[in-house]
Amino acid sequence: MNIHSIVRTGLLFTAAAAVIGGCKPKAPGSVDTGDAASKVYVAPGKHDEFYNIVSGGFNGQMSVVGLPSGRVLKILPVFSVHPENGYGFSEESKAMLNTSHGFVPWDDLHHISLSVTNGEHDGRWAFGNANNTPRVARVDLTTFETTEILEIPNSAGNHSSPFITANSEYIVASSRFSVPIGDDKSRDVPINTYKENFKGTVSFVRADKEGDMHIAFQLVTPGVNFDLARAGKNKSHGWFFFSTYNTEQAHTLLEVNASQKDKDFIMAVNWKKAEEYIKAGKGKIVKAKYVHNVLDHSSGIATSTMKDEVIQLNIKEFPEIAYMIPCPKSPHGTDVDPTGEYIIGSGKLAAIIPVFSFTKMMKAIETKDYEGTYDGIPVLKYESVLKGEVTKPGLGPLHTEFDGRGYAYTSMFVSSEVVKWDIEKLEVVDRAPTYYSVGHLMVPGGPTTKPHGKYLVAYNKITKDRYLPTGPELAHSAQLYDISGDKIKLLLDFPTIGEPHYAEALPASLIKDKQVKFYPLEKNTHPYATKSPDATKIERKGKEVHVYMTSIRSHFGPDNIEGIKLGDEVYFHVTNLEQDWDVPHGFAIKGANTAEALIMPGATQTLKWVPDRVGVFPFYCTDFCSALHQEMQGYIRVSPAGSNVSLIYSLGK
Amino acid sequence: MKTLTRSNRILLAASSLLMVVAYFVPFWKIEMWAPQYPEWLHMKIWLYQITGDIDIINGLNHYIGMKHIKVEMFPEFKVMPYILAALIGFGMISAVAGQRWLAWTFLLLLVAAGTAGLVDFYLWGYDYGHNLDPTAAIVVPGMVYQPPLIGTKELLNFIAYSAPDWGGWILATSGMGVIVVLLRDYRILKF
Repeated sequence: MNIHSIVRTGLLFTAAAAVIGGCKPKAPGSVDTGDAASKVYVAPGKHDEFYNIVSGGFNGQMSVVGLPSGRVLKILPVFSVHPENGYGFSEESKAMLNTSHGFVPWDDLHHISLSVTNGEHDGRWAFGNANNTPRVARVDLTTFETTEILEIPNSAGNHSSPFITANSEYIVASSRFSVPIGDDKSRDVPINTYKENFKGTVSFVRADKEGDMHIAFQLVTPGVNFDLARAGKNKSHGWFFFSTYNTEQAHTLLEVNASQKDKDFIMAVNWKKAEEYIKAGKGKIVKAKYVHNVLDHSSGIATSTMKDEVIQLNIKEFPEIAYMIPCPKSPHGTDVDPTGEYIIGSGKLAAIIPVFSFTKMMKAIETKDYEGTYDGIPVLKYESVLKGEVTKPGLGPLHTEFDGRGYAYTSMFVSSEVVKWDIEKLEVVDRAPTYYSVGHLMVPGGPTTKPHGKYLVAYNKITKDRYLPTGPELAHSAQLYDISGDKIKLLLDFPTIGEPHYAEALPASLIKDKQVKFYPLEKNTHPYATKSPDATKIERKGKEVHVYMTSIRSHFGPDNIEGIKLGDEVYFHVTNLEQDWDVPHGFAIKGANTAEALIMPGATQTLKWVPDRVGVFPFYCTDFCSALHQEMQGYIRVSPAGSNVSLIYSLGK
Repeated sequence: MKTLTRSNRILLAASSLLMVVAYFVPFWKIEMWAPQYPEWLHMKIWLYQITGDIDIINGLNHYIGMKHIKVEMFPEFKVMPYILAALIGFGMISAVAGQRWLAWTFLLLLVAAGTAGLVDFYLWGYDYGHNLDPTAAIVVPGMVYQPPLIGTKELLNFIAYSAPDWGGWILATSGMGVIVVLLRDYRILKF
């Protein structure tokens, strides 16, 4: 045996191996789209084209992202405390997080709805839902502040929320978890009596007047899980569509037991009909305990009001409110196309996407074309409502958005892709991979009657290797696609804040010139506002000490305070006297068991401090305000309880 | 009876002893790619165990009603180490005895063992891919999930790739070694 023969034998083996095994396939990789960089490049000093209001999921916040750059512009607190600006810590804002369960510092914010007029974005408000302790919130798009929060009674898991009707008449809040409702006795039941005792609720929250969110009526439904919802528009205005799952009514191991039926339902609700019943006095007023929190713009103070009743309609007792449309396999998204004619159900376990026709639905209702009833609610015949099915769309359809040119875009969770299809022809025309496991999709204006079909953002559930790794927890990734042409083109990956679920985007031009730059001092109605440097003072009311303090570049007034005693509660009411844009002042004091105050120009914010020891304590400005920011500081002296140091304060003496 | 040359007997012994390595390396591998698994999922089948991302694969497959893969699923693991030991022993006896017919028999045994292994693997894959839990969350009508015996197959969102691992190649190499012995003995290969 010589070297050559060994080599020859080796080659023989290799060839045989190649024939037997074949080669491991090359996995599809990222797509390079050539000129992508120039399409997302927003030159220094230039502005993005769209505001993208993105839910923060488990951080309970919203983030504001510019598109197409993907730059994060702001994180705005809604249902979670936010130490960086004192939200949930300051005396003014604490009430925003009050609920009937007391102060709740966190929630899970899943979905965004932007206010609309005639089905188009009007740039007034963004609404968000709290999933865990059911609430809905209003954010003012001129200040990007949460101004109102309404708790939802008789609900659990407010997931199917806060979707909005075409003129912002209502946002909805429907229960993911059905639970027993009513008085203590009817709520204290065995879990395995789900079928008899558990109910779902769908609340219609009046939303078109700021400060006056209230539950106009609450529909009581069979005990199922409501997942997502969309209002009708144009011809279907007056209707609302809710996807349901667990129509099996399982109460344990839902991943198996709620996946057994071939079809669950999309519940179509005629809310105008429900309004008629309410007007006719048919609603049943029931006791309920829930909280309404409102921020007063001029004082900056939030107040909570406890509500004690809600008006209900049980849908099986009132005909013509609700109809069930059979929809394959645990539908997640239910989305209405811009014309209002088509309702698209995304059965997350289904192998097709059904498209329902509003016209056919109305006809089926008119001719009572039912296949039966579900807990007293008429079930329409699938075929009678169906326009058709999109076949072989991909795996795990979740959500559908629209470009306004007759195409729909559906996210496919399992096969990690976006699928573009023709709504009329029901044909898939293009598909693009997402990285990875896409959840919600967003086209600016996508859920409105006039989508701006230029970009599509995919909010992904899994990040893996997309960015530099940062330990076990990774930033959730989003992807921006250009959908202006025939082909979907990937432009950009960008990391997000929290765990985004749904988001909406609107043209920057709609709101950017309406932004509040500062609060006029003369309109500040805060009872502890100090509107000029010579109005500063300190008041003692027993153990409470109220400091009327001002801040202006670059000093606090007063900045030397003595006469505080152990056992006192000190309230620093700091008014920012600046009347210019982008000059907030911060306020922090050593040992405070709370967060800083961050006071906008013209506003007053209160930090409560309970000193726990004797000494002299510093306070300072935390927001870099001027060249002499580092000099913006003061001292407060704390003496033993019962000492006779008199209460004095000064500035520059 | 034809007796083998000294160098052929050494080659035969080497081919047998090479198979000892197969105790310490996986025999076969199944690898799976999906968009959300850009790093691939791996499953390594040894003579007596399974290693790799089994928990992840089981977690995924339960959605479509596939059985949980675990060692107890394979009674083969109890006998395969002995079968291989017997093969190695037979190869060594053949080398010592140096008979052509023994070399032939050894080759046939190797081919038979390899074929039996593949048939067994196919039957397992058939059952694993077809015998699904009817209460599974995702039921795609007409869809079965039998992994490929060898090569590549698309299964829903996954690309599955099945091929011999080191142990498989070692067995093949040993078989080739015996073939070379016989070819040299018949003077078809002249070195």
